[in-house]
Amino acid sequence: MSAANGMAGSTAGREADGILNMTALELGAAIRNKEVTAQQAAEAVLSQIRSSEERYHCYVTVDEEGALMQARQIQEKIDRGELTHPLAGVPVAIKDNMCTEGLLTTCSSKILYNFVPTFSSEAVLNLQRAGAVILGKTNMDEFAMGSTTETSAFGVTRNPWNPEYVPGGSSGGSAAAVASRECFYALGSDTGGSIRQPASFCGVVGLKPTYGRVSRYGLVAYGSSLDQIGPLCKDVADCAAVMEVIASYDPKDSTSVKRQDNDFTTALVEDVKGMRIGIPGDYFGEGLDPEVKKAVLEAAGVLKERGAVVEEFDLSLVEYAIPAYYTIAAAEASSNLERFDGIKYGYRTQEYEGLHNMYKKSRSEGFGAEVKRRIMLGSFVLSSGYYDAYYLKALRVKALIRKAFDEAFAKYDVILGPVAPTTAPRLGESLSDPIKMYLGDIYTIAVNLAGLPGLSMPCGRDAKGLPIGLQLIGDCFEEKKLIRMAYTYEKARGPFSREEAR
Amino acid sequence: MAQTKQYETVIGLEVHVELATRTKIFCGCSTAFGGEPNTHTCPVCTGMPGSLPVLNKQVLKYAVAVGLATGCEITRNCKFDRKNYFYPDNPQNYQISQLYLPICRNGKVEIETEDGKKFIGIHEIHMEEDAGKLIHDEWDDCSLVDYNRSGVPLIEIVSEPDMRSSQEVIAYLEKLRMIIQYLGASDCKLQEGSMRADVNLSVREAGTERFGTRTEMKNLNSFKAISRAIAGEAERQIDLLESGEKVIQETRRWDDNKGESYAMRSKEDAQDYRYFPDPDLVPVVVDEAFLEEIRAQQPEFREEKMIRYKQEFELPDYDIDIITASKRMADLFEATVALGSHPKKVSNWLMGETLRLLKEKNMDPEDIRFSPENLSRLIALTDAKAVNNSVAKEVFEVMFERDVDPEAYVEEKGLKTVNDEGALRKTVEEIIAANPQSVADYRSGKQKAMGFLVGQTMKAMKGKADPGMVNQLLKELL
Amino acid sequence: MANIISDETIEYVGILAKLELSDEEKEQAKKDMGSMLDYIDKLGELDTENVEPMSHVFPVHNVFREDVVTNADMRDDILKNAPEEKNGMFMVPRTFE
Repeated sequence: MSAANGMAGSTAGREADGILNMTALELGAAIRNKEVTAQQAAEAVLSQIRSSEERYHCYVTVDEEGALMQARQIQEKIDRGELTHPLAGVPVAIKDNMCTEGLLTTCSSKILYNFVPTFSSEAVLNLQRAGAVILGKTNMDEFAMGSTTETSAFGVTRNPWNPEYVPGGSSGGSAAAVASRECFYALGSDTGGSIRQPASFCGVVGLKPTYGRVSRYGLVAYGSSLDQIGPLCKDVADCAAVMEVIASYDPKDSTSVKRQDNDFTTALVEDVKGMRIGIPGDYFGEGLDPEVKKAVLEAAGVLKERGAVVEEFDLSLVEYAIPAYYTIAAAEASSNLERFDGIKYGYRTQEYEGLHNMYKKSRSEGFGAEVKRRIMLGSFVLSSGYYDAYYLKALRVKALIRKAFDEAFAKYDVILGPVAPTTAPRLGESLSDPIKMYLGDIYTIAVNLAGLPGLSMPCGRDAKGLPIGLQLIGDCFEEKKLIRMAYTYEKARGPFSREEAR
Repeated sequence: MAQTKQYETVIGLEVHVELATRTKIFCGCSTAFGGEPNTHTCPVCTGMPGSLPVLNKQVLKYAVAVGLATGCEITRNCKFDRKNYFYPDNPQNYQISQLYLPICRNGKVEIETEDGKKFIGIHEIHMEEDAGKLIHDEWDDCSLVDYNRSGVPLIEIVSEPDMRSSQEVIAYLEKLRMIIQYLGASDCKLQEGSMRADVNLSVREAGTERFGTRTEMKNLNSFKAISRAIAGEAERQIDLLESGEKVIQETRRWDDNKGESYAMRSKEDAQDYRYFPDPDLVPVVVDEAFLEEIRAQQPEFREEKMIRYKQEFELPDYDIDIITASKRMADLFEATVALGSHPKKVSNWLMGETLRLLKEKNMDPEDIRFSPENLSRLIALTDAKAVNNSVAKEVFEVMFERDVDPEAYVEEKGLKTVNDEGALRKTVEEIIAANPQSVADYRSGKQKAMGFLVGQTMKAMKGKADPGMVNQLLKELL
Repeated sequence: MANIISDETIEYVGILAKLELSDEEKEQAKKDMGSMLDYIDKLGELDTENVEPMSHVFPVHNVFREDVVTNADMRDDILKNAPEEKNGMFMVPRTFE
């Protein structure tokens, strides 16, 4: 009996490892072909979470019981032929700023430490309709404000490639969970690079869709005009498949756009012949790590070999994107976060004298330092006498940045560059100097200001063994061009994962 | 204190009107009154994290309709802005409103007072959401928040400082109310808060050009309260100036019971609302086709109705003036006439008994419950002499109260006039037999005796006889 | 630093944002905000004289709902997360003087 168990255990262990190494689409196919059940997949990934979560801390909440129950129900539907989606039965992790009905949603903030939403965000509902198994909620920078996942009120997440380093942020938990095989894919949100940068630091593929492509309903807002939900995946094909599920027109989100071209997997074509790539010279200047520069330019070379037309150009205005972004995002955040006041949900201070004292104490105790910093800045730039000079000025600069991209996309199909100036920094290195931290967002931020899609994928490793990210930026609603180019590059590059690197 | 100078009061109004939509401005919750607390709420109107607003199209239609009816320019590209301030009745701690590009601008309405006719300018009309309700709980010494009203659509109509007296203010409010009621955009009830007016008031020395420092007065929920508050605030400001003090620009709350106002000041209220365009809502572009659609749907307003009533129904000017003063009355009048009743008879019921009962019960025409069908039936009963006037009035009172079917009611209560000559003749004979003295008096030429006999007969018939017929029979039998 | 943030400004912004900072946090906030504003002042280098402020990136407009009631009573859901409630309402410190 015990020997048999031991045998079964080790076989199960090998099987589990086999499952964990699958991409989301591979697992989905295995489930459809009855090689693996949804329960087995969920159990394998939950066991992986149990064994590596202590090291990486990707999750704020793991819903073990719920995941197993969902897996059982989904498997029944698959067996009955009611669910045939390519991702049916595949376990997913959700960033903790997306509402999930009945499941704690904290935005990694003390102020929402006990908040259990009564509805799910539209993107999550879309996943559930396709048969996704929700594993839990991933750690993040508090309210998505940060680039390292160190501003979380519930502890830092560590980079699976090297636990001494940050996973990036703000969707650091989602990126690390994919890289550490604690999920098969994850949802993140991107306001200034929060999907692309952690994807880059953790060596996974992340896509920030065009503003309006994915409904924001149920996403706890940070910068409403910039926020967009997107996937973090093991490869480009998964990314396209997940995009196909989460992209939707949602009448509950006024900024959601009705599109007929959400068939992203049709763009999984290994061909870039004649595609025009623009390389912005101003993305390769001072501040860019030479190792990152080399890897990114090599990737451009690979695409050129495959028939793409590569040309250098000046995008211009690059250094103005960060100040414009921080003005706009802080202003919107200061207003979006006013609703956290200790009355309707979340944290309320224990002792207070009167209403305004209750507000002030609840908020001051509930929010962390970075969130307070941005709320203060945002309140200031909107206040009487400063609105025109700061806020309106930033909106004008945003218009100029958009124009610069319009001009670039008149010439190029895709803009290619780095995701971040460096690979992942060590834990604890970034928070001391906010402006230095903000500078790390220099290549990602303009994309949000202009509402464009941007894709991040690994294109090599530095001397420390940390992944380097390649960024592809497309014109609005041109995600398919990004997917096609990324897919072609990925085929040329070959497999890239922590397991491969070993 | 003896007043040394002559002063002029300068008044502008900010009028909030709750629109008569079925649902709230940004979510699909009902706007119905009277639900249990928080039963008409959802994630959007309670500011739940992740919820997003979507504009109710009917709100835009009503706002544009009011703008067109008040001669406003319609903003072709308008936006919503967030007004940021912390208060528990405001679940997001910002109110979605319009500052930079309101839907309507630069309108005017004409008013008439004892001093003649005058135009009051409308600076702007904007769309916004209402706040929830705070209830004070003495037991626990706290406040309780009900978000049923949170997100109910409002328009705020901001006048120019063109008014100089409470008479003008009341005339302006009545004019606005009539226009909006005619549009069906709101019932505009001050007492219930579906129309609310904040008074901006300053005083200046008569003959000077420059405006004085103004205050804003809130919590005015009747025309009387508005008049009293204007008088009180003007006096307070004049007293201040007379004693060499300054008026402070502030918001004051009127206490109508005490007849005085007090400042709503707090060091926690910075009055810096940090307006900025709401990124969750997209711009509203009003094109010619939309405007044309609204124009085509505009109702016949009072001025047009007055001309038509004169031509079509040949009513006296006095009747027309009163009936058209309320959309509800005019609608009722037209519907009843459309059912075949004689216009003047309908008018008589509305002008007479209806107005009397409204006044007696302190009701607005909007509160009228009886249907045109029942009024028409009642008129038909009187036309057919099936009931006499005093019975008809009695029935009308019941109808006014409960909208009963007069035919069924008359039947049920046995109030029908007895037109059966045989039965009536029998009663008259009995009365003649029972009152020989009166009969003798009559025969000796005393006309008064006839009245007594008629009265006795009616009494015996329990009021159900046709008095004309009684008269005729008495004369005949005597 | 070109932007000197005064104690009064920090106090004022604290009232607007309903944040109560400790003395230490206030000093930090003065420094942070000053350097951020210096950084933001860089935008002044750009001539935006004839540029319209862009709040929405796409020319999407006229997104409406029809005036139809779609929500049923969901009071229990709405109150589920309330720190304190009474009689179906959210309980807050008294607002009337």
